[in-house]
Amino acid sequence: MLLVDWLYVGIFVIVGAIMAALPLGIVWVLSPRLALPQKRMTYESGVVPFGQAWAQFNVRYYLFGLIFVIFDVEVIYLYPWAIVFRQLGKFAFVEMLIFLVILMIGLAYAWRKGALEWA
Amino acid sequence: MEVNWPIEIARAVGLAVTVFTFLAVVAAMLGVLLERKIGGWIQSRLGPKHVGRQGLLQTVADTIKLLQKEHITPQAADAVIFNSAPLIVAVAGLLDWIVIPFGVVHIGGTAIPLVVRDLNIGVLFFAAMASLTVVGILAGGFASNNKYSLLGGLRSASQMISYELPLATALIAVAMQAGTLSTVGIVKAQDGWFGSFAFSQFPAFVIFLIAATAEVNRVPFDLPEAESELVAGYFSEYTGMRFALFQLGEYAEMFAMAALATTLFLGGWKGPVLPGLVWFLIKMYAVVFFLMWTRWTFPRLRLDQLLNLSWKVLLPAGLIWILLTGFAITFLAK
Amino acid sequence: MGEQAAFIILSIITLASAVVVVNSNNVVRAALALVPTFLGVTGLYIMLQAEFVAGIQVLIYAGAITVLILFVIMLTEGGTGLRIRQRNEQAPLGLLTAAALAAILISVLTRTEWPKSTATLPQYTASAIGNTFLTNSVLAFEVSSLVLLISLMGAIIIARREK
Repeated sequence: MLLVDWLYVGIFVIVGAIMAALPLGIVWVLSPRLALPQKRMTYESGVVPFGQAWAQFNVRYYLFGLIFVIFDVEVIYLYPWAIVFRQLGKFAFVEMLIFLVILMIGLAYAWRKGALEWA
Repeated sequence: MEVNWPIEIARAVGLAVTVFTFLAVVAAMLGVLLERKIGGWIQSRLGPKHVGRQGLLQTVADTIKLLQKEHITPQAADAVIFNSAPLIVAVAGLLDWIVIPFGVVHIGGTAIPLVVRDLNIGVLFFAAMASLTVVGILAGGFASNNKYSLLGGLRSASQMISYELPLATALIAVAMQAGTLSTVGIVKAQDGWFGSFAFSQFPAFVIFLIAATAEVNRVPFDLPEAESELVAGYFSEYTGMRFALFQLGEYAEMFAMAALATTLFLGGWKGPVLPGLVWFLIKMYAVVFFLMWTRWTFPRLRLDQLLNLSWKVLLPAGLIWILLTGFAITFLAK
Repeated sequence: MGEQAAFIILSIITLASAVVVVNSNNVVRAALALVPTFLGVTGLYIMLQAEFVAGIQVLIYAGAITVLILFVIMLTEGGTGLRIRQRNEQAPLGLLTAAALAAILISVLTRTEWPKSTATLPQYTASAIGNTFLTNSVLAFEVSSLVLLISLMGAIIIARREK
């Protein structure tokens, strides 16, 4: 039954979180605790860190993220199509063909415009 | 059909504990040990040998050591996010296992699949859990407030999202042939040795294996974690048990990918003579062995090579393969 | 009864996280608080028997959009969590207005006699959705691909201009 399935998922999340946090609890009990300021400094290959922790990042991260979102949405359409297209005959296949071709044009466009280049 | 809630809740808790323990032992402990042993054999050296017989208790010893390490939270880190990031990764890795069918038990004539829950959206759920891992990794990278962690987290996230798409195309191609998104259904749709989708969906199998390796940040795709590159990438600032939790999440996900590959391409639990569960474990470990073998065989890919491989090769190949499969099923199957 | 409890828990998770998203001074924390918000909504979808939509919600919103937002945050500034002042001097007046609006809405909602529909709940399974957009709503489906294409091209043009 539907809701029972998801009850299992919910319980798995809760139990999983508890069981994952359990070792942390054990550590909290067992571990030595000596608060030295050096321990809490940010790691930078053994030297004192300098400068701000962030840097001006390139727009390429954003581009990859965006292209990923677009294609993820496309993939969402593919999931139901994959299980019903058999029963719907030829035109279902052609519809999806059109859809994928349009999106592959998008991929080609991104490729040509260098949006997929990391450099 | 009346649902007996308290019993279901009890069963769910029991199963959760069992699966988590199974993962902690099989995936994390045995997995790490296997990795070191296999790495050793391939490199003509012995892996861990001293602790316990043939080094079997090595990971146990490591775990006990890790449990005693001090909890260090870097001062500049955001404590809430810093502490919850490894939990997200670990729990997402655990949730993946809900849809994996381990075998079939024949009780009173009916075959009951050994799966926690055969969700109707089986493989979609798996893909969704895999994408949750990315958020945990980004959170860890951010919260550490450390240049290396930040860069590592970003690169890791970029890599993982780039490979989620080819992974999804492989899953969809298999779902097309099986006609269902349910994992149990997909196993049932594979008959015999040559009916398994490894043959009829071979390109999807290849794409899946490559994408899975990249999804779990293993060599040859482990640039974000590479020791020579960014210290330890997004988990530079994580010490002791929290580090272990991240590792647990990653190994659990690697095993989950192997288990999914078994389910989707190798016929799951099907096989003559031996019980289903045994066959499943054999096949899963075979895939794990293959993944570990590739780790010690191939050199690491540069980030741009890695991304090119995904976007320019695997994704178009995956989409074209989906169209070919669709074409074959629609026009040639009659 | 169990459903009521589940609904209440999910609503609390969603709303509390949403409050954090809107109110938090730390941009990163705000963005990450989106995740429990989305997951709460996922739970609500499940309670409406819409499994497939729930799966999509996690896949796209929690998995892709959150990642995109986090990337954007890092591009623009607060790699370490920019401290933004979220409240100005008009906070008490705003609170009053919001409370008044809430009072009006709640009273309207509880006093209206909502007619109960006797129609059956439509199927929200993956196959039902697939059947729909491949037969009845084909045009919307194909147009959506064009929308995706245009947004992809637009974003690339804008982003590349800043190179």
